[in-house]
Amino acid sequence: MRQVRVNDFFRQVRENKSAMVGVCIIIFFLLVAIFGPMFLHFDVSQTGANIRDTWLAPCRQHLLGTDHLGRDLLAFLVTGARSSLAVAFFATLISMIIGTAIGIISGYSGGWVDNLLMRITDFVLCIPWLPLCMVLASFMGTSIINIILVIGLTGWAGSARLVRAQTLSVKEMTYVERTVSLGARNWHIMFRHILPNVFPIVFANTVLDAAGAISTETTLSFLGLGDPTNPSWGMILYYAEANNAVSRGAWWYFLPAGICVILVVLGFTLMGYAFDEILNPKLKER
Amino acid sequence: MEQTAPRLLEVKDLKTYFHTQKGDAKAVDGVSFSLNAGEALGLVGESGCGKTTAALSICRLLPANGYIADGEILVDGVDYCKLNDKEILPHRWKDVSMIFQGAMNAFNPVKTVGWQIAEAIMLHDGLDKKAAMERAGDLLELVEVPRDRVRHYPHEFSGGMKQRAMISMALACNPKLIIGDEPTTALDVMVQAQILNLLERLRREIHMGMILITHDLSILGETCDKIAVMYAGRIAETGSVDDIFRHAAHPYTQKLISCFPDISKRKEIPDGIPGFPPNLIAPPKGCRFAPRCEFSCDKCREVDPFMRRLSDSHSVACHLEVEK
Repeated sequence: MRQVRVNDFFRQVRENKSAMVGVCIIIFFLLVAIFGPMFLHFDVSQTGANIRDTWLAPCRQHLLGTDHLGRDLLAFLVTGARSSLAVAFFATLISMIIGTAIGIISGYSGGWVDNLLMRITDFVLCIPWLPLCMVLASFMGTSIINIILVIGLTGWAGSARLVRAQTLSVKEMTYVERTVSLGARNWHIMFRHILPNVFPIVFANTVLDAAGAISTETTLSFLGLGDPTNPSWGMILYYAEANNAVSRGAWWYFLPAGICVILVVLGFTLMGYAFDEILNPKLKER
Repeated sequence: MEQTAPRLLEVKDLKTYFHTQKGDAKAVDGVSFSLNAGEALGLVGESGCGKTTAALSICRLLPANGYIADGEILVDGVDYCKLNDKEILPHRWKDVSMIFQGAMNAFNPVKTVGWQIAEAIMLHDGLDKKAAMERAGDLLELVEVPRDRVRHYPHEFSGGMKQRAMISMALACNPKLIIGDEPTTALDVMVQAQILNLLERLRREIHMGMILITHDLSILGETCDKIAVMYAGRIAETGSVDDIFRHAAHPYTQKLISCFPDISKRKEIPDGIPGFPPNLIAPPKGCRFAPRCEFSCDKCREVDPFMRRLSDSHSVACHLEVEK
C-alpha cells in the first residue's frame, strides 16, 4: 500500500472539488448543530399559545413556519441536526470499530476463525436491515442510545469484509513475517502493523457509512421508532406525514427537513468517494 | 581425539520439504555445510535451487507448508531442529538473524524506520521504548545512516539506505550469525559495493559469522571465505573462493562462472545453460545436473554422485572428477 502522509492527504482534499463541497456541507451542518440552538428564539417543546399559531406559513416571527401544535419548525430543524448528526457519528464509530476488529481478526487468523466470523458477517449482510432495525428498535425501546446501538450493530458487515480483504494482502508482506520471526504476539501484529495499513481504507469507507447511518436514522424516526425526547429530522417527517402536512399544502413542514437529510447524505457521500479516490491508488488511475 | 570448540554453525544432511498437492517438493535434499565464527559463506545457485529454503530452515522461518524432514542444524552446539516454535524464539535474532530479501517490502510503510528497529529490540530484549529508540539510533549510525533518520518513514529512504536500515535491524540483538538473503539484489552496482563493504566491515568488527545468499557469483569473490554452489536442492561443489573461481570441478560451477559477461572480451551474450532445473517433486535418478550437463555419461544418469574431497577445502559431487 502506498503511504499517504497526512499533509499530502489534506492537500489532495483541497484540490478535489467534490471533496471540498462535501466538507463544506458537513462543516456547515456541524456548526449549525453545535452553535445553532444558541440563536433560537423558541424552544422546540414550546407549543403555540392558541390555535392561530398552528400551521403558520413562514413569516417574520417563525422563519420556517410552525407545525400542527404551533411549534417553531426552525427550532425543531436546528435541534434535530444535533441528534441526527450525533446518531450518525456514534453509530458509524461503533460499526467502524466492530467491522475493523472483525475484519482484521478474521483476515489475519484465517482457518476456522475466519470461516466463523465471515459466516456471521454474511448472515448480517443478508438479513434485510430495515425490518431488523425496526424489530430491534421497537424491542429495545426508543431512546437515542438504542437507535445508535441498533444502527451501529447492524452496519458493520460491509467494512468487515473490506478490512478482511485488505488484511489478507497486508499479512503477506515481508514486514509481517519479520515481526512474526521476532516472536511478536498476534495482537501486536494485528494492531501495530496491520491496522495502520488498513486504516486509510477504513476511514474512507467510514465516511460513506456515515451517510448510510443518517438515512437509516431518518428512516427509523420516520417510521415512528425514533426517540421522542430527542427531535430529529426523521421525526419532523414523521409528524408531517402523520398530520397530513402534504395534503394541507404545508410544504414548510416537511421540505426543509427533507432537504437537510439529502444535503448531509450528499455531503458525506461526496467526501467518502473523494477520500476513497485519494487514499486508494487504484481508483486514482482512472 | 582432539578437542575442538563447537563450530558456530554446522548443518548436517538437512532435508527441507514442502507439502504440495502433487507430493512433497524436495527443496533442500541432503545439504551439509559448516561455518566458524567470523567466517563468511556464500551460497550460490540458480533461482529455485533451495538457497533461500536452506537459510530459512536455519532460522526456522519456513512457510506453513514447509518442514524439516531430516538433518541437524547445530548453532553453537544447539540443535535447532529439535526445538519447538516457542523454544526457538530466544535464539532467533539473538544468535541467528536475517537480512530479508527485498528491503522494499520488509519495512512497514506507515511506521517510522526507527520504530521498526526499536520494535525488534523491545520485543526481544524487553527494553523500554526510550532505550530501544536510543539503540536504534546507535544501530543506524553503525550502518552509516545519520541518527536523526530514526524519525523518518521508509519511503523517505533511498533503496541503499533501506538496505542499510535492514542490516541494522538484523544487528539489533547482536547476533553471532547473520544470514543475508540476496542483500544487494535490487541495488545498483555502486550501492551494491557500498553495502558489501559495510557487511565486510561489520563482520570484522563484530566478528560474526555470515551467510550470503545470492545468484551473483561476482559479489561472493570479494566478501566470502567459502562458497557453496547449490543445484536442485543439493550442494554441487564447495570450496574456498580460489577453489571455486580457479579450479571449478563441477560442470555446473564452470557453466555458472562462464555465464558472467567479461567486459574485457568481445561483446557477446553468455551462452547460459540450456534447459531448466529439474522438478523437485520427482527429481531424476542419478546426478541431478546430468540432463543439462554436456559431459554426462550413462553413469551420471544412473548413480547419484556423493561428495568427494579434492583438497582440504574443496569438495565436489560429480563422477567426472573421479575419472579425470
